[in-house]
Amino acid sequence: MAANPMTQFEVYRIGPEIKIGAFDISFTNASLFMVISSLAILIIFNFGAKKNTVLPNKIQLLAELSFTFVSKMISDTAGSKAKPYFSFIFSLFMFVLFCNMFGMIPYTFTVTSHIIVTFILAAFIFVGVTVIGFIKHGFGYLKLFVPSGVPIILLPLIVIIEIISYLSRPISLSVRLFANMMAGHTMMKVFGGFVISLGVVGGWLPLSFSVALTGLEILVAFLQAYVFAILTCIYLNDALNLHH
Amino acid sequence: MIKKIFFQFIFFNVFFFKEVFAAESGGMPQLNTEFWISQIFWLIITFGVLYVVLSKLLLPKISSNLESRKSQIQDNIEAAEKQRESSEAKIKEFDEILLKSKLEAKNIYKEAREKTLKEINTKKEKLENQINEEIKKAEIEISLLRKNAHKKINKIAIETTAELLKKLIGAEVNNSSISAIVEDLSKRNESKYYDN
Repeated sequence: MAANPMTQFEVYRIGPEIKIGAFDISFTNASLFMVISSLAILIIFNFGAKKNTVLPNKIQLLAELSFTFVSKMISDTAGSKAKPYFSFIFSLFMFVLFCNMFGMIPYTFTVTSHIIVTFILAAFIFVGVTVIGFIKHGFGYLKLFVPSGVPIILLPLIVIIEIISYLSRPISLSVRLFANMMAGHTMMKVFGGFVISLGVVGGWLPLSFSVALTGLEILVAFLQAYVFAILTCIYLNDALNLHH
Repeated sequence: MIKKIFFQFIFFNVFFFKEVFAAESGGMPQLNTEFWISQIFWLIITFGVLYVVLSKLLLPKISSNLESRKSQIQDNIEAAEKQRESSEAKIKEFDEILLKSKLEAKNIYKEAREKTLKEINTKKEKLENQINEEIKKAEIEISLLRKNAHKKINKIAIETTAELLKKLIGAEVNNSSISAIVEDLSKRNESKYYDN
């Protein structure tokens, strides 16, 4: 059962099988933790937005701190033009952060450790950013692939590299988050298994590793959510303010 | 029996390593496509609901809360600044009033001093005038007395001489002859008698 470090990533059905046409959309443990994360965010921010006082209470302070944190992150990386996309990036950051953090509780499921989830998010961002870029700049958005100040001989090569790097954005964005979460949780599970198998005598070393890893993983959970959001901001910046 | 199993469990688990991890099978569950559609569907639902509720309901509220708090604090700071300024102006006014009243007090003191000095001076002058007048009067009186003195003395001399002569010689001498002598004498010795 718990011996295999990969079993924690298994998705299984909760409740009955639901099918729309040929598609299986049954409620799974992954769906459960998506719902739990979203609900937790909504509850916290609902209490955080409730009443207006000069001196905010703790939950209000939390909500307002994260609000200013994200808004500062966006204005630092993408400028003032990115303001309409604030709530999307805010929800994205919060969703990824809460999914990562809920995954840190033992016996839970980490939604973001699945490539399909992170890839859908990244692909949506990629498509959205590309559409925004073409709407804002028309075909001028293609200038993104032609950096200025490059010798003409090198230009074809550079353009190809730029196109490849642009197209690999959703893959790198999604794989970064997915691989970080999966690797961290697998490692914790392996060390946890060592604690059991080495017993009272030898188990202390992997146990202390496990404790340290938990701290590291909480850091990674926050950091990856931050990286995911800030890379989205940077892509958005490319689309809004054409620099090249 | 149980003890033995427990002992074995604790100390010899190392040897069951392979059995512990033996159940491994079939790679990463992430690549199992069975629930991909379900995950995508529920991701869109939950994230969509999260996005809509946050962007339409909660974030505007938080934003307006922050905004209103900021403006409230700004207002309070401005009000405090205003009060500070007004109190400073009042302190200035107070200082001015103090300075003015000091000056006024000085002026009043000066005026009063001058007035009293003047009064003293006028009174002094008056008194001096009076004294001078009285001195003059007295001097006039004295000089009058002095002027009349030698006539009186002459008269006294004449009369005394006449009386003396009468008593001594028993002869009556004419007053006019005596007076002639006396006059002559006095004229001759006037400087001797009356020079002070």
